[in-house]
Amino acid sequence: MSMRKNKPGLADKDIELIMGNMLRYGVLLSAAIVLTGAVIFLWQHGTELPDYSKFSGEPKRLIEAGSIWHTAWEGRGRSIIQLGLLVLIATPIARIVFSIIGFIIEKDILYTLITLVVLFIIIFSLC
Amino acid sequence: MTILILTLFLFLSAAMAGLIGSLTGLGGGVVLIPLLTLVFKVDIHYAIGTSLISVIATSSGAAAAYVKEGITNIRLGMFLELATTIGAIAGAVLAAFVSTSLIAVIFGIILFISAMASFSHQEEKINNEPGGRIATKLRLNNSFPTEKGLQYYSVSNVAGGFFMMNIAGIISGLLGIGSGALKVIAMDRIMRIPFKVSTTTSNFMIGVTAAASAGIYLKRGYIDPGLSMPVVLGVLLGAYIGSKLLFRIRTKTLKIFFAIVILFLAAEMIYNGFTHRL
Repeated sequence: MSMRKNKPGLADKDIELIMGNMLRYGVLLSAAIVLTGAVIFLWQHGTELPDYSKFSGEPKRLIEAGSIWHTAWEGRGRSIIQLGLLVLIATPIARIVFSIIGFIIEKDILYTLITLVVLFIIIFSLC
Repeated sequence: MTILILTLFLFLSAAMAGLIGSLTGLGGGVVLIPLLTLVFKVDIHYAIGTSLISVIATSSGAAAAYVKEGITNIRLGMFLELATTIGAIAGAVLAAFVSTSLIAVIFGIILFISAMASFSHQEEKINNEPGGRIATKLRLNNSFPTEKGLQYYSVSNVAGGFFMMNIAGIISGLLGIGSGALKVIAMDRIMRIPFKVSTTTSNFMIGVTAAASAGIYLKRGYIDPGLSMPVVLGVLLGAYIGSKLLFRIRTKTLKIFFAIVILFLAAEMIYNGFTHRL
């Protein structure tokens, strides 16, 4: 009894497959956006000299999701890179959302709750 | 050195870091932070921001492959993420109040612990005893595929593992690393989960843990697009190659090789922290 296994049902396998695919597409999308931003950024600033030796933070357009979105659509290289990074940050969050759906389908109340709490913690940190 | 050359260097280094990271369950941050700070003289705040992004890239990039192979214990990962995400937020908040030299020293100590743990752990033993009450209640006992068919295992000391995961989360938020080493220690040694399961489950958790501190890092301006761009692209490439190799490399050789690299980096970081060069 104590060695009871989690026998994966059909829904479980499906969710895992969807989750794997979604991760892959999310990461690819992120990489494509970052690459687009990289081309613009390097075209405009590639020959300049970088200085990262002193921490001075980032301008507002690169730290707020709303500003990143708007300035990215203006075609600004570094904003587009940041947008790609936002997509990347969203991939593990999307994975949590999918896990919740999976646990609901399996009628696993305990793990639906546990995963909801994890989601809540992350959303709290983003706000 | 122009931005273009720096970008190229970072891309190649990140590809190596991503490869090592996906093979060992360490997020790659352990290599990137010393590289950025010691070699490229980047301020440690930018370094931990860049590293955190690389950690998410490694995790999501490699996890796609692992989940499909069916070694990741999703329930175990989710349950332990309760501990790591809360810790990560605490650590990220803490990062603003800690001096850069102290961050360097703490980082070195964490590297040192990781290396020591790799050396002292020799043989792999599958825990076949019936799982404890908590592990059974939480349905944490599971199985993974091997050449000889399904291998079942049970999980010990859930409370101890949970506590260790909380520390791993704090360190992750404070240093911008995945704390993969601490996560593997918690699962490998405290909870006695087979290495391949702990590695991939750790990888699964790292991205979620890092996402919890990423929002705070972004708002503080730790995440610079010029540094993150080559690192993300390089790490993804490396992690992809790594995910194709996992089944072919012996875990023992891998651990010892990486432990030596980590020891060297640990000494460098601690020395530079104490002499206030970082």
